Amino acid sequence: MTRSFVSAAQLGLLSCHVCGLLSRPSAARHRTSCPRCGSHLHARKPNSIARTWALLIAAIILYVPANALPVMETSSIFGEQEDTIMSGVVYLWSSGAWPLALVVFIASVTVPLAKIIALAFLVISVQRRSTWQPVQRARLYRLVELVGRWSMLDIFVIAILVALVQLNALATIRAGPAAIAFGAVVVLTMFAAMTFDPRLIWDAQETRDGSS
Amino acid sequence: MLYRSRADSIERSLALTLAAIVLFVIANLFPVIGLEVQGERIETTLFGTVRALYDQDRVLVAALVCLTTIIMPAVELGAMAYLLIPLRLNQTPPAAALVFRMLGLSRPWGMVEVFMLGILVALVKLAQLAGVLPGIAMWSIFGLMFILAAAASAFDPRALWARLERKS
Repeated sequence: MTRSFVSAAQLGLLSCHVCGLLSRPSAARHRTSCPRCGSHLHARKPNSIARTWALLIAAIILYVPANALPVMETSSIFGEQEDTIMSGVVYLWSSGAWPLALVVFIASVTVPLAKIIALAFLVISVQRRSTWQPVQRARLYRLVELVGRWSMLDIFVIAILVALVQLNALATIRAGPAAIAFGAVVVLTMFAAMTFDPRLIWDAQETRDGSS
Repeated sequence: MLYRSRADSIERSLALTLAAIVLFVIANLFPVIGLEVQGERIETTLFGTVRALYDQDRVLVAALVCLTTIIMPAVELGAMAYLLIPLRLNQTPPAAALVFRMLGLSRPWGMVEVFMLGILVALVKLAQLAGVLPGIAMWSIFGLMFILAAAASAFDPRALWARLERKS
């Protein structure tokens, strides 16, 4: 593979994540900060792999109660009803609003799961110093970053329903115990995506090119 | 595409930021959705949803909703206005670097567009239960979703730093 670029790290330069300035770190100091905006500088995000794993594992553990426990509890004159994420989707589907059912299904079931799998795959591929399809993997990472926030959809729906449906005798809706677990999964996977350093994908490529 | 420079990025992003601030204020002051049951009318504002979760002891969920729909968008808009207004008036805002970093931190956590979709899903769910009345805030959140995205994409950090550094 012939390359027409060099990385900042190869030139002994650091780029700032926050303001984008490229600077040469002073060798004397252990911890450098950006001369322009003052953010901490590092060639690669510190302990990226270990941190991403820790957050991912926490997300995987919480994914179980998030889906198994009720996310919403409705009590009405017809009795009590508990809804999980999935039963909420089924309810929307059976009431004829299938385009919305599909949107909610993608946002609350597919996206969190796909995100966890995709991030685990990326971290494992980086750990194995894989040189397989780096462009596709970089694209996958961008997709994960872009799409993750949409999983908050269900939390917002519950928040609105809880605020409105307080009709003392007729019906009340309460947020279930899964709501916080689900919110935590979204937040943890967002942090996991942030701590993962996509430049690690290209580093394996670089060392292989260098040695050949 | 990596980067495209536009000469009037500061003016454009400032105009969009100010428009977004107006919509954000309206979105917070007026009810998002109302419900009509047996002649009785129940409405909720953006903060009302946070309040309802808090009252049910779902404090963390309440905090998460408050953070993503109110605090973070407010920080993002405030930071952009704080940086752009003085630059437009040919002045340097103090602690610009700190505010710039806050802006970067707030961006991923402001979820106005996701909340908008949440309103739509809630509308459909509630329509089967009772008469629903979309509130003023719903329309301003709808507009805010687009204008905030436009303001963020018009905001050009390079142009900002170029002007800040020319001043100092």
